[in-house]
Amino acid sequence: MSTMSTTTAAIQASNDFVIKFANVNGSGSASANELFARAIMGMGVPVAPRNIFPSNIQGLPTWYEMRVSEAGWLGRRGGCELMVAMNPQSWDRDVAEVAPGGYLFYDSTKVLPRSRFREDITVLGVPLTEICNREYTDPRQRQLFKNIMYVGALTALLGIDLGVVDGLIADQFRGKDKLIGANINALKLGYTYASDHFACPIGLRIERSNGVGERIFINGNDACGLGAVYGGATVAAWYPITPSTSVIEAFSSYCRKFRTDPDNGMARYAVVQAEDELASIGMVIGASWNGARAFTATSGPGISLMQEFFGLAYFAEVPAVIFNVQRGGPSTGMPTRTQQSDLIACAYASHGDTKHVLLFPEDPYECFKFGAQAFDLADRLQTPIFVLLDLDMGMNDHLCQPFDWDDQRLYDRGKIMTAEELEAGKNFGRYLDVDGDGIPYRTIPGTHPSKGAFFSRGTTRNAYAKYSETGTDYIYNMERLRRKFETAKKMVPAPVAKRAAQPSRFGAIYYGSTSPAMAEALVQLAAQGIHVNSLRVRGFPFADEVVDFINEHDAVFVVEQNESGQLRMLLINEAEIDPKRLIRVLHYDGTPITARFISGMIADALSARQVTPVRKQVAS
Amino acid sequence: MTFLAKPNLLRPDTPRNTLGYTRRDYEGAISTLCAGCGHDSISAAVVQACFDLDIEPHRVAKLSGIGCSSKTPDYFLGASHGFNTTHGRMPSVLTGAALANRELIYLGVSGDGDSASIGIGQFAHAMRRGVNMTYLVENNGVYGLTKGQFSATADRGSKSKRGVVNSETPIDLAALALQLGATYVARSFSGDKEQLIPLIKGALRHLGSALIDVISPCVTFNNHAGSTKSYDFVREHNDAVNRLDVILPRDKISASYPPGSLRRIVQHDGSVLHLRKIDKDYDPSDRVGAMNYLQERHVLGEIVTGLLYVDSSAEDLHRHLNTVEMPLNKLQDDTLCPGSKALEALNASLRSS
Repeated sequence: MSTMSTTTAAIQASNDFVIKFANVNGSGSASANELFARAIMGMGVPVAPRNIFPSNIQGLPTWYEMRVSEAGWLGRRGGCELMVAMNPQSWDRDVAEVAPGGYLFYDSTKVLPRSRFREDITVLGVPLTEICNREYTDPRQRQLFKNIMYVGALTALLGIDLGVVDGLIADQFRGKDKLIGANINALKLGYTYASDHFACPIGLRIERSNGVGERIFINGNDACGLGAVYGGATVAAWYPITPSTSVIEAFSSYCRKFRTDPDNGMARYAVVQAEDELASIGMVIGASWNGARAFTATSGPGISLMQEFFGLAYFAEVPAVIFNVQRGGPSTGMPTRTQQSDLIACAYASHGDTKHVLLFPEDPYECFKFGAQAFDLADRLQTPIFVLLDLDMGMNDHLCQPFDWDDQRLYDRGKIMTAEELEAGKNFGRYLDVDGDGIPYRTIPGTHPSKGAFFSRGTTRNAYAKYSETGTDYIYNMERLRRKFETAKKMVPAPVAKRAAQPSRFGAIYYGSTSPAMAEALVQLAAQGIHVNSLRVRGFPFADEVVDFINEHDAVFVVEQNESGQLRMLLINEAEIDPKRLIRVLHYDGTPITARFISGMIADALSARQVTPVRKQVAS
Repeated sequence: MTFLAKPNLLRPDTPRNTLGYTRRDYEGAISTLCAGCGHDSISAAVVQACFDLDIEPHRVAKLSGIGCSSKTPDYFLGASHGFNTTHGRMPSVLTGAALANRELIYLGVSGDGDSASIGIGQFAHAMRRGVNMTYLVENNGVYGLTKGQFSATADRGSKSKRGVVNSETPIDLAALALQLGATYVARSFSGDKEQLIPLIKGALRHLGSALIDVISPCVTFNNHAGSTKSYDFVREHNDAVNRLDVILPRDKISASYPPGSLRRIVQHDGSVLHLRKIDKDYDPSDRVGAMNYLQERHVLGEIVTGLLYVDSSAEDLHRHLNTVEMPLNKLQDDTLCPGSKALEALNASLRSS
């Protein structure tokens, strides 16, 4: 262990810190890093790992950041107490990022000049390459076991029970005993070296806890795919695009498990990889028009390509479910970075007077829940439903509450007129508002030999779906669609409000993957005596509670991960809120928002208003 | 009021098919296309084909894109559900519909602009996917609704009504369909209903992607001297390779054919295609031969018509995806939802401590 300056004490923390792994993309580090995250969870301590990766196959820097938090804060906090610096390319910035008093772990095989280090951190050098070159001859093994070896060293340094990691390796390679032995051997090499050369554990420690409890560990994309299975989707059409691809892969995989006819092995589902996103959404619309539940998963560029079809589905009133895993864009730009920047593109998708229903899950639990619910909403409202998640939620594994399902629940297929009802002479007008809620009845093709057929088009038709360009027919239709959107207000998931410990004149509105960082930020603020009420928006159109919440406060922070404040724009436009009362808190560099960023921005803003004495925050 | 209803008066001796339907039961709204438009003849041929095949009108789903041709599904099969989709994107919507319910008959109607220009991507992929459908292209070489611009099927050297000469290479949709793996490929002429009706019937009874490229002159914008899609030009350059009769299992075969003049092909559903040879060497089961023949005749300025290719053992998209026989849109909650027990097991496998 290197010496440190006497002015900075080494950080002492148990079960509450941030570890960051700096790796080279394509070096096989991802599975070793995940193993380490699981080892900490195996000790009963909650972990929130995030992959911060480049858009390339091999060679560029990649980071894996773990928030370790016994208290259960699962957002990014900001800052880093332990850097595992395995990438020479990013060395200087990685070293600079360590908090004063923090720790730097590195491969000490190659001697680096003193100037490449810092005086105020503890340096932990393990000659990983040297040990690997001594132990292994195969170049691939040297690389892969180097990764396992640093997991072993960190296991000793943080005081993790070696048996937990052994057990995880045994589970991972069950049935391949040779691999189990080899991996455990590499693990022990690292563990032994660290134990022999350093006083273990260091100031950062993992201590056994029961903080994880019943929670499950899964990513949002998998949860969406599972939600689509439970929601009764039978047709999925898609085009590969980062970061949404694994939604469909998960759907296919769960369908193979749950939707294969046990008698003959045939599929009770259809997945088609289309030629582009236009064809994907076209297939979804065709399948839904014909009475199946259908969906697609895409990201920003796909949303742009689908615009015309969204308009057609909106006006022809065809259900559709779209999972949009948001990222930066367009073209090659930022596809592996997270953003919440498609709200406006989805809310007002297409030409003409369109408005769409949006759902904002906060974690994989809600990805599953809203994913399934979206199909009921699409059928009930006969319109596209957008489930908006993002790369952070979709591609990273998150701890969340276990999935649940009520077996009494039946799919709500909405207003479908049956052959019996048509036969009995029930009046059928495809675009006729018979119930006052703006939602008409539809028929499924092939229903009745002589009644109920209609010709679907955009807007040139009357309430009975007959061709019409008459102004009054058009206006009747548009007014009914507006009523339908009002009806949707009561159907989308209600917002979740949280009162501060003390009465406050200030509120904060947020949504989606900002949620876990927001939860920690509110506690950070409260610790400084700043109390803020909060409201998590879960759907658009906005429920009345959203407007009430804003009206109850002097000013409301709108916390988002985009540059233009898109939820704020929607609030101003749709709820007619005075823009001055909505204060932007925007994080949009492509990395997930941090608790320290949010609390810093809010504290600064309130300090500027001189409402309360506030300490200057360290934002990162 | 722009919707025109037809009077519903029937003479007592009106012919009925085996199901008891009259031709009127297969008709739709009154056409709003130009008098003499080839497309109206194609609509009439669809009506006749469905009547002859005893298809229940409501078991057909008709889909189209945008353009003159794509308006026509409103003018036939009024008891069928129809979908006028977006420009060039009918194939994807039809594909989705076909995935949802494999029991209906899918009829896609498109034009040369809709399929060869804006929609060539979706056209191509629907063909290669083997979607079970009859895909009719009403091909006139021009954009009618926007008044006479060339489409991508216009021949190089053909002259527009305003005198502009087309300099771009034409796309031959039938040749493309052959290359892309369509399993029933035909070309016909809207002015020859004797040829067209059986070709539509054969396509409707075909399992897989069936394309019929129907040259359908535009009387307003592309029926003049110098056009290669005019009534006169097509009549003069029509090189028909065969004549088709579709024989259903219930039919008695009464016609007799001279020896060697007939090719008999049994389709998947038991319907029999009787091909009376015109070109005695033409083999409609030879995909590569058909492609060569089309190219050779195209160079000579001839328009090859007839049943160009058929694969009687074709498979469709559902077969490729191994989907269950029961239409996906009829599966109910109990088969679709794995339920809470399965979810609990899944939760257990996703726990990390």
